[in-house]
Amino acid sequence: MTEIPYTHILFVSTALFFIGAFGFLTRRNAITMLMAVELMLNSVNINYVVFNKYFYADKLEGFFFSIFIITIAAAEAAVAIAIIINIYRKFKSIDANEIDSLKF
Amino acid sequence: MNIFPYISLVLIIPLTVFLVTGIFGKRFQQLSGILGTLGLFAAACISYLCAYQYFFETEKINAVYQTIISFKHTWLQFTVANILPLQGGVPEGRGGLSIDFTIMLDPISVMMLVVITTVSLMVHIYSLGYMHGEERYATYFSFLSLFTFSMLGLVLAGNIFQLYMFWELVGVSSFLLIGYYFDKPSAVAAAKKAFIVTRFADLGFLAGILLLSYYAESLDFQTIILRMTTENSSFITSASSPSFIGASAITWALTLIFIGGAGKSAMFPLHIWLPDAMEGPTPVSALIHAATMVVAGVFLVARLFPVFHNVPVTLEIVSYVGIFSAFFAAVIACTQTDIKRVLAYSTMSQIGYMMFALGVSGFKGNEGEGFSASMFHLFTHAMFKALLFLAAGAVIHYVHSNEMKDMGGLRKKMPVTNAVFLIACLAISGVPPLSGFFSKEEILTAAFNHNIIIYIFGLLTACLTAFYMFRLYLSIFWNKTFESHHHAEHKSEAPFSMLFPLIFLAIATIVVGFIPFTHFISPDGTSIETEFHFNLATIAVSAGLLGIAIALFLYTKQNVRAENISRSLGGIYQSAYKKFYVDEVYLFITKDIIFNLISRPAAWIDKNMVDGLMKLIAGVSEMFSEAIKPIQSGKIADYVMWFFAGVILLSVFAVYIFS
Repeated sequence: MTEIPYTHILFVSTALFFIGAFGFLTRRNAITMLMAVELMLNSVNINYVVFNKYFYADKLEGFFFSIFIITIAAAEAAVAIAIIINIYRKFKSIDANEIDSLKF
Repeated sequence: MNIFPYISLVLIIPLTVFLVTGIFGKRFQQLSGILGTLGLFAAACISYLCAYQYFFETEKINAVYQTIISFKHTWLQFTVANILPLQGGVPEGRGGLSIDFTIMLDPISVMMLVVITTVSLMVHIYSLGYMHGEERYATYFSFLSLFTFSMLGLVLAGNIFQLYMFWELVGVSSFLLIGYYFDKPSAVAAAKKAFIVTRFADLGFLAGILLLSYYAESLDFQTIILRMTTENSSFITSASSPSFIGASAITWALTLIFIGGAGKSAMFPLHIWLPDAMEGPTPVSALIHAATMVVAGVFLVARLFPVFHNVPVTLEIVSYVGIFSAFFAAVIACTQTDIKRVLAYSTMSQIGYMMFALGVSGFKGNEGEGFSASMFHLFTHAMFKALLFLAAGAVIHYVHSNEMKDMGGLRKKMPVTNAVFLIACLAISGVPPLSGFFSKEEILTAAFNHNIIIYIFGLLTACLTAFYMFRLYLSIFWNKTFESHHHAEHKSEAPFSMLFPLIFLAIATIVVGFIPFTHFISPDGTSIETEFHFNLATIAVSAGLLGIAIALFLYTKQNVRAENISRSLGGIYQSAYKKFYVDEVYLFITKDIIFNLISRPAAWIDKNMVDGLMKLIAGVSEMFSEAIKPIQSGKIADYVMWFFAGVILLSVFAVYIFS
């Protein structure tokens, strides 16, 4: 079985990243925006794994980092949800366009 | 040798009393007055003991009273002293510029110790009665203690910079006490005036200190005097080459120091604060503005007298400023109607006496008679002038007015005050055998031996002094009969606490003249044998008696003679009454010239150019931030857009650079 060329995988991760970025820019719902951020994080994870596996097979830093990012993403999700709940309590909405009181 | 270990107590006690009464006084008003008086009593006992031991028990070396350093603590050392081998036959040493805290005892400082503690103690006792029932009773006493502390520190200072510090402390306590009735606008103005005028003079003093210490390379009095008086010393050579506007550095230094002394001692033209300072409570006037603080200038000149004596130009200035102030103030005193102001001008006049006595004095042996006479007059003047002020305070306490026209015929109401006032007036007029006679006679003799013009003006001043003092005395105690005001009707003379100091000082006024002062105090420390010049004494006494006779003729009974004379003198009387318009001249200089020509343009530049530049900078940044403010919209999507745009830009940039 021939190996999948790494460009394919990098293509997937780039696509994933821009899907996330597009979602983050276009969506107005805070929770959806959070999900988009998670997508971007995962595309980065894929990059790490790919580069580690294809170019530095004798090392483990890339894997470690992706595990690290997964952990942080979990924690970040918890914090973000807490913030969103608080925003909802205050504004009775989680629409990002309505939450604009932090300005001049 | 006995080094007087207890002498530092004389400083510590008043300082402690000041702190204690200042901090805790609010709750223990009565107690703090008594505490202050007891503290001062202790200090007075110490200084009497010290004076006794110094003058009678300490050995004289070569018949000279030694200068004793009883305490020395080096505080700030700038250069280390090193003793060089002989130069011109005299060991000089160089360097040694340091600010020390030194307690130095020599004849004049011991004499001043006695004067200050005695008068201060009397004023404390007097104030117990006089200030009774005042709201800030404890504060008053703590200020008095502060003043006493700083004045004692001033006279004991062995280092010119230490003296300067205490000099300023004295100024501060004088300011506080003049402004004691701070709810009276005139008192506040007087306090400010006193402070500013003396500060202005102290600027000269500071400059003089710096100049002198630069050339003498020391701040220590003994070292300065040694270096500046030794024949052929290299210090004198370097300091007496012409430096600025033709005068040598040492002349400038001493003249500037004298300006400081003239400011404190209310010499013309820096005297304007003294009459206004009478706004303070009367005991304060007695203590600070008659007996002790105002003679600090005389003390300063006396302290540096050996140096002054080597610079004849400055000594001439001292004597002419002294005689002019003496005469000028005496003329003004003849026209004033506020009794405290008369006394203030009289003080100024008498200090002028002391100054010109210093100015005409020689140094060695019997030529130093002017110096001794000056110190003697300082001593006797402190006694009788304090007495006059305290007696005037008793009168004011009784009549509730400072004006002569509200008084008259008080001799039956206030017999004790009458008697002591008369004694003091006779003393200041130079009537034998009261103390003023001896000191004044010595001063006039010294002037006669040195400078006949000064002698003649001294005599004229003596005559005027006798005249205005008796004008004052007669207007208070004789003249018309006293119209009893409703509040004064049932009052007895004054409480015992006020009468006791009067009586004590009256006795002092009578007896201190018999002290053979020249044996103890002279410029070179040896004792001087003065002969009694019968002719000169007769002339001086007759000048005084003439003044008294004129006053008796004019003021014994209520009549129009005095008014007629003043009317016929017209302009002269008016200008003397207006104090020769010195205040107006000062106002003109400060308000019209300095304010309008210097301060206003300076203020304009500050407001429009300096502030303008700052406002311009602030305005530009404000406009800029107004313009970019809308970028911060609060919308997350916008921020993310900017963020991505930035990231893309940076990536492009990075690719451009690194590829």
